[in-house]
Amino acid sequence: MEAEAAKYIGAGIASLPLAGAAVGLGIIFGNFLSGAFRNPSAAAANQQTLLLAFALTEFTGLLGFVISILILVVF
Amino acid sequence: MTISLSDLIPTLMSLILSKLSAFSAAPIMVMAADPMEQFEIVRLAPFPNVFGFDLSFTNSSLWMTISVTAALIFFTLSTRGRALIPGRAQSVAEIIYEFIANMVRDAIGPEGMKFFPYVFTLFIFVLMNNLFGLFPTIPGAPHGLHTFTATSHIIVTLALAFLTIAIVIIYGFYKNGFGFLKLFVPSGVPAWLLPLIVLIEFISFLSRPLSLGIRLFANMFAGHIILKVFAGFVVSLLGGGFMLKLLALVPMLGIVAVMMLEILVAFLQAYVFAILTCMYLNDAEHADAH
Repeated sequence: MEAEAAKYIGAGIASLPLAGAAVGLGIIFGNFLSGAFRNPSAAAANQQTLLLAFALTEFTGLLGFVISILILVVF
Repeated sequence: MTISLSDLIPTLMSLILSKLSAFSAAPIMVMAADPMEQFEIVRLAPFPNVFGFDLSFTNSSLWMTISVTAALIFFTLSTRGRALIPGRAQSVAEIIYEFIANMVRDAIGPEGMKFFPYVFTLFIFVLMNNLFGLFPTIPGAPHGLHTFTATSHIIVTLALAFLTIAIVIIYGFYKNGFGFLKLFVPSGVPAWLLPLIVLIEFISFLSRPLSLGIRLFANMFAGHIILKVFAGFVVSLLGGGFMLKLLALVPMLGIVAVMMLEILVAFLQAYVFAILTCMYLNDAEHADAH
């Protein structure tokens, strides 16, 4: 295989974690909403945890994105 | 000379676009530039190397200076009056202060307030750099003076992260002596599992500065790349016929949506950076309660 082709395939594979991050974010917000609808008075107290979980989960996907960009640009 | 609608829309679009895109010194109709160009470091005031370190004043230094100066001016002016009933500016300053103070108290406890100045500085520095990086570049700005996000460079975020971990290690040994090593030995673990757990805890401790720094870097880097990729779509579509020019509205709206997400992320990442710093400092303060 040519090195150039392998580079693009590798960059594509490296961006796959974004799919996992999308599923994870859906689970986080979905579960928060279902919990918040059951007990709306407790929702405000858990907003900080929600945002923290959002940021931590998004990071795992973005790491893949950054590596994919690095493969494209650096090599 | 009359201006038809089909000419007006693209002209307006490109005017707005030129304010959004961060390509410096670009004329209004530009070629779709490389989204990596915004991260270029330009030496504004060259300085000779000292012990092999390049101490030049770069655009990264410039934007860090701008954000720190803005924060200094804001907090100095807003709290100068010290009114019992705060005005608008003083209210904002007090809300930010209370926000971080509550975070430190929740994570470390009342004795953790000695870390408050550090955590507050860290939060404001990261927040200001993230937000200032989102400002659009003035069209026609000279080379090197485009809007620059200092936190989108891994060296800046890693330096902040290693500073935090250095404080954790030094303060941890100062406060607990060698009892700080209890951090790696969770209580209530069966003895036969202990070697494995200690190894895992040790590796997780070593990866903390990396994950802390790379998290902030990756978020800023990815967000700004996405913005510029969308801007590139708009520019490419504006080069086409009338229908393609109309289609350019779609990525344009995409820029607006991503921009709103980026403002949220800019705040959120500063918050996450500060709260993780608090959690790590808590380990140093209460190493035995792990």
